[in-house]
Amino acid sequence: MSMQPRLVEVRQKVLRQNDLLARELRERFREAGVAVVSLVSSPGSGKTTFLEKTLANLRLRHRVAALVGDLATENDAARLARSQAPVKQIITGTVCHLDAQMIGNALEGWDLRNLDLLFIENVGNLVCPSSYDLGENLRLVLFSVTEGEDKPLKYPTIFNTADVAVITKVDLSAAVEFDLEAAENSIQSVRPGMPTFRVSAKTGEGMDECMQFLESAVAGSRGDAGEDAVVTASSPGTKA
Amino acid sequence: MHELSIALSIVEMACGEAESRGGVKIDAVHLQLGQLSGVVKEALLFSYDLACEGTRLEGSRLVIEEIAPVAYCPACRTQRALDSTGRLCCSVCGGLTPEILKGKELEVVALEISDEHATASGRG
Repeated sequence: MSMQPRLVEVRQKVLRQNDLLARELRERFREAGVAVVSLVSSPGSGKTTFLEKTLANLRLRHRVAALVGDLATENDAARLARSQAPVKQIITGTVCHLDAQMIGNALEGWDLRNLDLLFIENVGNLVCPSSYDLGENLRLVLFSVTEGEDKPLKYPTIFNTADVAVITKVDLSAAVEFDLEAAENSIQSVRPGMPTFRVSAKTGEGMDECMQFLESAVAGSRGDAGEDAVVTASSPGTKA
Repeated sequence: MHELSIALSIVEMACGEAESRGGVKIDAVHLQLGQLSGVVKEALLFSYDLACEGTRLEGSRLVIEEIAPVAYCPACRTQRALDSTGRLCCSVCGGLTPEILKGKELEVVALEISDEHATASGRG
């Protein structure tokens, strides 16, 4: 009765829907003149502390806000809100990553024209967030000195999708015998040319350089520069 | 472990294709999966059967073609296979290769359709 199976060509990206939504978001951000920076890392590498200090610093000169994703609790939003910047928690339930739809929903009621810089803190996870474009201009991947120098080699995909690497908790590097050079070599082998910062949000070490980099990203995005120009125009002297 | 949500997206897309072709029966979905896509083949295959349950794709197969990473080597000025996914280096000269040409695919490329009869009686 039924015919021989036949093969029909389709060619559709599985995450096409997310990509379309992300493109719409990126266009909205561009029109509103807001630069968007997302943060990814494993749980416990210091995203929230880094962001807390970043918001407190940048809000003196820019209009900043943050969205923060977690499986449960509003603890991180409460911590970030101490910076006085507008903050919204996205609770994902069982979902291990943020997607473009969640960002769109979370932004409801926010007038983006009142912002210069929006941070998106992803769920702590070095695997799944790599597949989902959130419409951001810059993706920062963080990893702490307690995690081991070869973290980028173990999670190449997320490092490869990121634009900037931030090595955190460098005040502990001597205590845990962390080899910063080896870590930077790992980063360069999975993402050649990626700008890298060494920071301690606790002591403030390296934070100024990182803030300057983010501020030039804001300037690039609020000018007429396209999204790519944000990255290239401000390609930093990391710590050369 | 986001393979389940990826599998759900695949099933949703394939169901949409089946409907738009007049409710044909889909025996298999062919997927290209890059080794740098961040999606694990085994986990995706496991999730696929779960995602198909209760849909018109129940009992169908997911056929995965893995795509090895290929990059442009600026030193050799040509495309090169990579040594591994953990080091984006040219397999010939060992130079760094930032520009990935292949290996990030996550794309449904074809559907195996067995029941053409439904096409004729469908909305077309």
